[in-house]
Order: sequence, then C-alpha cells, then structure tokens
Amino acid sequence: MKKIGVYICHCGTNIAATVDCNELVHFSSTLPGVKVTRDYRYLCSDPGQDLIKKDIRELSIDRVVVAACSPQMHEMTFRNALSEEGLNPYLLHIANIREQCSWVHKDREKATEKAKHILQAAVGRVSHHEALEARRVKISPSVLIVGAGIAGIQAALTIVYGGSKVFLVEKAPYIGGHMAQLDKTFPTLDCASCIFTPKTVEVVRNKNIQLLICSEVVNIKGYVGNFIVTIKKHPTYVDPSRCTGCGECMEACVLKREVLSEFEEGMALRRAIYIPFPQAVPLKAVVDKKSCLFLTKGKCKKACAEACKACAIDFDQKEELIEKEVGSIIIATGYDLFDPHLLPQYGYGIYENVITNLQFERLASPSGPTEGEILLKDGTVPKAIAFLHCIGSRDENANLYCSRVCCMASMKQAHLAKEKTGAEIYEFYIDINAFGKGYQEFYKRVREEGIFFIRGKGSEIFRRDGRLVVAAEDTLLGTPVEIPVDLVVLGTGLVSRHDSEKVAQVMGISLSPDGFFMEAHPKLRPVSTNVDGIFLAGCCQGPKDIPDTVAQASAAAAEVMSLATKGQIEVEPTIAWIDSELCAGCKLCIEVCPYSAIEFLDVKGISVVNEPLCKGCGACTAICPNKAARQNHFTQGQVLAEVEGVVG
Amino acid sequence: MKIDPKTFIQDYHLNVCIQCGICTGGCPVKFRSPLNMRRLVKETFFTADPSQLLKRPELWACTTCSTCTLRCPAGVKNVELIVGLRSILTHQGEVPSTVRDAFENTFLHGNPWGRFRDRRADWAKDLGVKILGEETAETLLYVGCAPSYDPRVQNVSKALVKIFQKVDLDFGILGKKESCCGNEIRRMGEQTLFKKLAKDNLALFKKFGLKKIITISSHCFNAFKNEYPDMSIPVQHYTQVIADLIEIGRLKMSKGLETHTTYQDPCFLGKQNMIFEEPRKILSPIPGLNFIEMDRSRERSFCCEGGGGRMWAEGATEGTRNGEIRIKEAVALGAKVIATACPFCLLTLEDAAKISGLTDQIVVKDIAELVSEAM
Repeated sequence: MKKIGVYICHCGTNIAATVDCNELVHFSSTLPGVKVTRDYRYLCSDPGQDLIKKDIRELSIDRVVVAACSPQMHEMTFRNALSEEGLNPYLLHIANIREQCSWVHKDREKATEKAKHILQAAVGRVSHHEALEARRVKISPSVLIVGAGIAGIQAALTIVYGGSKVFLVEKAPYIGGHMAQLDKTFPTLDCASCIFTPKTVEVVRNKNIQLLICSEVVNIKGYVGNFIVTIKKHPTYVDPSRCTGCGECMEACVLKREVLSEFEEGMALRRAIYIPFPQAVPLKAVVDKKSCLFLTKGKCKKACAEACKACAIDFDQKEELIEKEVGSIIIATGYDLFDPHLLPQYGYGIYENVITNLQFERLASPSGPTEGEILLKDGTVPKAIAFLHCIGSRDENANLYCSRVCCMASMKQAHLAKEKTGAEIYEFYIDINAFGKGYQEFYKRVREEGIFFIRGKGSEIFRRDGRLVVAAEDTLLGTPVEIPVDLVVLGTGLVSRHDSEKVAQVMGISLSPDGFFMEAHPKLRPVSTNVDGIFLAGCCQGPKDIPDTVAQASAAAAEVMSLATKGQIEVEPTIAWIDSELCAGCKLCIEVCPYSAIEFLDVKGISVVNEPLCKGCGACTAICPNKAARQNHFTQGQVLAEVEGVVG
Repeated sequence: MKIDPKTFIQDYHLNVCIQCGICTGGCPVKFRSPLNMRRLVKETFFTADPSQLLKRPELWACTTCSTCTLRCPAGVKNVELIVGLRSILTHQGEVPSTVRDAFENTFLHGNPWGRFRDRRADWAKDLGVKILGEETAETLLYVGCAPSYDPRVQNVSKALVKIFQKVDLDFGILGKKESCCGNEIRRMGEQTLFKKLAKDNLALFKKFGLKKIITISSHCFNAFKNEYPDMSIPVQHYTQVIADLIEIGRLKMSKGLETHTTYQDPCFLGKQNMIFEEPRKILSPIPGLNFIEMDRSRERSFCCEGGGGRMWAEGATEGTRNGEIRIKEAVALGAKVIATACPFCLLTLEDAAKISGLTDQIVVKDIAELVSEAM
C-alpha cells in the first residue's frame, strides 16, 4: 500500500475564501492510501514545505499531493522539496484548486465540492506515479543571434566578452538596424552614430563574432544546448575580402532609373551596386539583384566590374547554405515602421511634404540627403512644422498598442527642427507618454523652447492656398482648429516585421496578438520564449526605446551565459517512448509529431522516439491505434485514475 | 426598435472614448454649428438624464457622413449616438416640423416629400421601362425618392435608363409599388418606420424573385447593403454596373465631352462603402474629358451636407455652406463640370453653384448624365 500525504494550501484567502479547506482535510483523509492530511496558510513558504519534508522523514510518506495553485507556479518548488528528502520528485502531483476552482467560482459550497473531485483525482493519479530520472544534456557554448541592430549587437558583445562565440546573422547588407538611421537620441541628445559606432566597429573587429550579412536563418533543428541552424547567405556579388569600399563601382553603374535608397527611407536614390551609406559597417559594396541590369536582363557592359581596381566584383557568386551548431539563440529582428498609407486621411504619398518620423531622422542627420538641413522637397526651409502623434498606434483601425517611442521621438524632432529652422512648431498629441528616465524633464524643456502643444489627434491633412493644413480639435479649448504648415511629420508607430510570422515558424516560437514575438511570461520571463534556449531581445518582442532595448539585450545575453556556464542542463523525463513489441509501423505518430522527434527504422519496420527532440506533448500517444506510443508520467493507468477521480 | 438612454454607453461604446478629438477635427460642420462630437460623447457618458442634451438644435446639424466614426481610434459609434438621441426626440414628438412632415409623408405616401404614390413612375412614361408585376426581369433598378420625383434628379434616372437600354440590359422598376429605402428616415431617428419600409421593400424584392438590385442613390445603396436585415440579393450602385460595362467593352463612349471635370465623392458611396475607383474608371475614358482631382477627395472628401436628414433640417447651421466651398474649390481648380453620383450631392452642389453666382463657370452633373451624353 502506498503512503500518500495530502497537503492543502489556503493561499491566504485566495483559496480559503471560496473553498472550505477544513472540509477538504476531512474528505481527503478518507481517500484510499492517504496516510496524512494537513492544511496550511502558505504551503510554498519555508515552514509550509517543512511540513511535507517532516512527514516524509517521520511518517515515511512516499507519495505527495499538493492542493494549491497551478503547477506552472510551484510544481518545481515542491519537487525540489521532495528531492531534498531523497524522494523522487515525480512522485508528486499538484491538484490545482486555485486557478481551476477558487478563482473562477463564487459559490462556496459548489466550489468545495469541485475541489474534492480535483483532490480525489490527484490522489488516484499519484498512487500510479513512477519514479523518473531527469535527462542531462550538454550545452554548446556557441550562440546564434538573429538581427544585428542595437539589440543584437549589444547581446553579441556581452556574450563574447564573457568568452563564448557568436554567429551574428543580419538580413541587410549593413549592421546597426534602425538605430544607424537615427540622428540624435532622446532625452540626452547624444548623436546616435557617436555612441553607436564604437560598438558596430567592435563587432567587425572581434574574432569571436562571425558576422554574416545579407543572410537569414532558414531552418532550425535540435533542442536547447544542441541546435543545428541553417543559414542562407545571399550573394552580394562583391568579394568582401577584396572590396575596399572606395565607391568607384557606384559611380560607374549605368542604371539610369535609380532606386530609392532603403537606408535613406526613400529620401535619396542609389544605384544597383551601392554602399548603403558612407559610414556603413562593413563598408563594402553590394549588388541589388532586383535592379542590376546584368542580373535581371543579362544585358550590361558591367561598368562596375571595369571600374573596380580591386577586382572585387564577382557575378558568379551563388547562394550558400551554412550549417552551425549552437547552444542557444537570441532573436533580435527588430521592427518595421507603420505604413501611413493605411490611414489615407494624412495624405502620405499624396503630399511630398508629409513624411514619417524616420524620414525626418534622415533629414536631420548630417550624413543624410540634405546634410542635416530640414528642407522641404523644393529645397526651401519650412516656416511651420506639425508633428502628429499616434499615427498607427493606439488606434483600432491600425494597432491598439502604444508604440512607446513616438512621443519622445516627436518631441526630440521638434527640438531639432526648432534649433535648425526657427520654424513655428506644433505637436498634435492625445497624451504625452514621457515615461522614461529624464523624459518628463525633456518634455518640459521642449515646452520651454516655445513649441506649441495642441491636445488633439490630427484628423486630416489637406492643401489650402499652397500650404498643408492640419485639421484637428484643440480639445482643451473645445475648439476645432485648422493650422497651415509647410511640413508634416507623422509620428508613425512601430509594427512587427513583415516576416515575423515566417521567423516564428522557423524558430517554433509564438506571436502575441499584436504580431510581436511572445515572451514566456510578461513579467517574470520577459526575454524567454516557449522554446527552451531561444531568447528575445529588442523590438521584435514589442516596441521599445534604446535604453529598454539595450537592457533587454543584456538580459538575453545573461540568460545565454547562464546556460553556457552551466555546461549542461536537466531535461524533463516526461517524454514519449514506443513499445517495440506493439508497434505495427503505421507511421501515424510520425505524421502528428510537431517536433519531428519520431523516426522510422526501416530495418525493423517500427517507429522510435528520438529522445532529445521529444517535448512530451502526447500527440503520438493519442493517435497510436495500438497503444504502442506511451508517455512517461502520462501512462494509461495514471490518466484513467485521474479521470475516475474527477467523475467519481 | 427600443431606444433606451440607459444603454447608450454600451450601445455606442461611449466609455472607450479617449477624448482625442479626431471626430470634431474632421467634422464637416465643425465651423458651421456648435456640434462638438467629442464633447457630446463625454456629456452623454456623464449624464444620467439626456434631456438637457436633447434641447440642442445642433443635434440636427450632423450629416451622418461618418467621417468621425470611421476615423475614431477607440471604436466609438458617434453617428449612431446622434441617431440614438434623435430617436428619443422622435419618440417624444420633439423633432423639427420639417422632419415630422418627412416622416408622415413617408408613412403615408412612401416618399418624404408627400408626392402621390401613383405618380412615382411618371418620369418613366414613354421610356419603355418594364414595370415589375406587369412584366418580368431579374434585375431591379431601384429608383429611390429623389430620382423619382425631383425634376432635376429625374434627369439622372432617364439618363440611366438610356444607358441600360443602349446595352440591352434586361431590367425593371417597381413603379408605384416602390417605397422609400428609409436610409434618411433611420438617420433622422424614426427607427420603427425604417423597419417597416425595409420589411415592405424586402417583401417586394422577394416576390419578384430578383437576382440583382441596382440603385441610383448612394444612400439607398447603403441602406440595402448594410442595414436591411436578411438582404440576400446582391446590391450594386449604378457606377459599379457602368464601370463593369465599360471594362468588358459592352458600353462604348464615342462622343467627345471636351471639358475639365472633377468629381465629388459622395460620403455614402465613398468613405462609407469604399467605392472610389468605379466613378473614376467611368469618367477617365470619356473622350476629350480631362479629369482633374480635387485636393480633398476619396477618404478626405468634403461632405456636401445633404445627408443624415439635412435635406429636411438645417440644425441651426451658420455661415458659408460646404456646397459653396466645394463649388469654389472646383472652380479654382479650373473645372467646368463637377460630377457626382448621388442625388443629394447633385442638389446641394447645384444650389450652391446658383447661390455663389457661378453657374456660368461650372455645371453640376451626375455621372449617369455625362455617360449618356458621351454615348
């Protein structure tokens, strides 16, 4: 006969207010196999755990049921308590009488009745539990980082300083992401390149970082500690070891219909062979295969190759697939800017002097198309400028969330515009979200500089007498206003990248309803994902400013280092196995396994589970017609006993 | 339909308003009336007794163009709030007398102007148009009240008949059996009458086994497409039909209309139902016609003030009418013709051209009239 100990937690009043814990104590003591029953105010506390430990020692309890909160919360806590007393941790079962009972019911009597059933199920189940041994797997010390913006770079440097090796994969031909496009950063007005360039240069210089530009991750196999990643490296048609970044190829390129520069947000043109911007890291030319005449039409005298003294241009370059073994992965793929075409009332794409906030950054940047002068399309200086907040954010017609950076970015840009042009400046806002350190102070400073704040969301832009007019309501005065300006800067929000769904699929991670990657827990595991060993950093998880991005990237690096330092980790033994005697080789399990963890042995004509890949989801055990596929900790006896307890 | 001010907050999502003012900022009557949509939402939210709000004449200034609702970032149903408040007034019998007459006339005669029901199809006499019930057809041309009775708009109906006959389109009209679609009736707050009209019209549609309905007015189009319950028959605005006919080459326009023409997007066709391309696809291929776009067009089109019951109530508006502003904008652009695809836009803009004394510089035309001239 098993000796079961049942422990009922009040969880303060969380459980006790709705469920009669005394009654539960009486009830459970009548259940078969139960040797002792106790209740306690907070079982997860040290004295609470000591109750259980003491009974294991003194009463030789060999099975434990804890009726408390969700196993997500404290299963580990109590498993550890069992281990400390030498009892196998898998001889524990948690009866969830909080989330699944007291929190969702009001009627005390009925809730207590339901809790009894939950408890009865747990006691029935635990008597069938078997001792299981956790598996240990080695952690490869190398790390894959996807995306080389400020988040990826910060994480990469932190990790290599700690002694690991990093593969840094970037889709664009340069590193730095959106931060490389910014002029000055709020609230301190540091020049973005001044604070950023030392980091980008270090990425290229550091021998422990292998940088792969124009590349993307196309496949991931394996599991925490032992991922095998496949990286597709697109051809740049320029040999980086030869290219000196002199730019003579760009001058020579014969493409007449120039292409809008991606880096300059369409504010400047580039050729088919180009260096994205003069300070690009790495400073190498690349060929855009979509616009190159030779690559699209096969007809071009290849003036670029003739002009290149270093003979770096190589049109025979092919796409490469590179395989790497890494222990963990950080996803830092960043964001896309909201496309203001989707809100046609703002006239973006109709009026050339309606621009996005990122386009304004390029105007303000000394290395941008106007060399830092704030100019209209016709080259004149604007006399009045409007900044419109919340374009594509906090809007049911676009995105419901606040993009967090646009208020501050708009105010910083207002400051720069005032300084550079002396123009009359209007900020149309709903609320000023100046939440960060020094932000509210910056808001005050900008107000002192004489910028007009109008509390009202811009309703539309139209043209009157040759100028742009912003229509809105000054909601504090209750008066509709129509203010003529020369330049309108839309405070466009941040959205998840257009390819985030594809990335999520490759990585096996989830997306939040807002389209950004989902963290494992919004508060307590903010950089983890639902896949062990894959972490998140920066705006791919949600809109963030630079300080938060850097902090999160450092946190992701710390998670990675914590794994790498440990060298090996324990993996849950609650996985599936296939009884070779019963398997008929129908392969149904292989079809349903979402982790490709089951292989077919041709020689024997049966399926086998590849243990390290199995996550214990149970799909194979459910589909197997012969009941050959089984799962540790979810055996038929255990599950049936549990069901009996619930319905009995 | 029961209107209960106690449920306004839930019914019209008043509690989610973030008071950003995008509604007031884009309102076409914001400078012409004290109507402040943002404030009205908050006031209705805060008051347990809307009787004070109901005394305001500006409740009748709203044209129900829906710019506010369409742009609202929080999902407040501003226009429905106005309709709700008007419904209380209707229930209490406190509507302007002109609105009361429109209701009574529609109830008694099937049209808000109180013209004789028996004369509803007089415009079509001698045109050889099938009257459903006497003859059969699978396509209904639903004429609507203004195109049936208003001498100016009757021209549009006649032009459309000419176009359809030219391409041998088999269609019929309901004749004197047709009743008002109720679009404006609902917006003036007479929900029960709207329901009755919908029921009567739907019964007729069903009786004649229709496969398709074509409307002349963008307001009727909106009512059928979005507000008639269990409407299973496809509805098209005539501009969609003509655009299709041109695209497949069945309708050819060979006569030149050497003129600079611009287009007023009707709110009920454009911003509310996203039909922007078809009218332009019709105008652009007219030989010799130089199509010029007004600055405020498509989603930013400037409401003519003809909708939402404004044909029957002024709502104490003051100052220059939007129609006049619009006519002046068109003239400044060099347009000789301002085209539209809605009876109310046609009437308000033509009035405005007359009041502004600009009839020698610009004419107001419906797209159907232009097409029939160009055939």
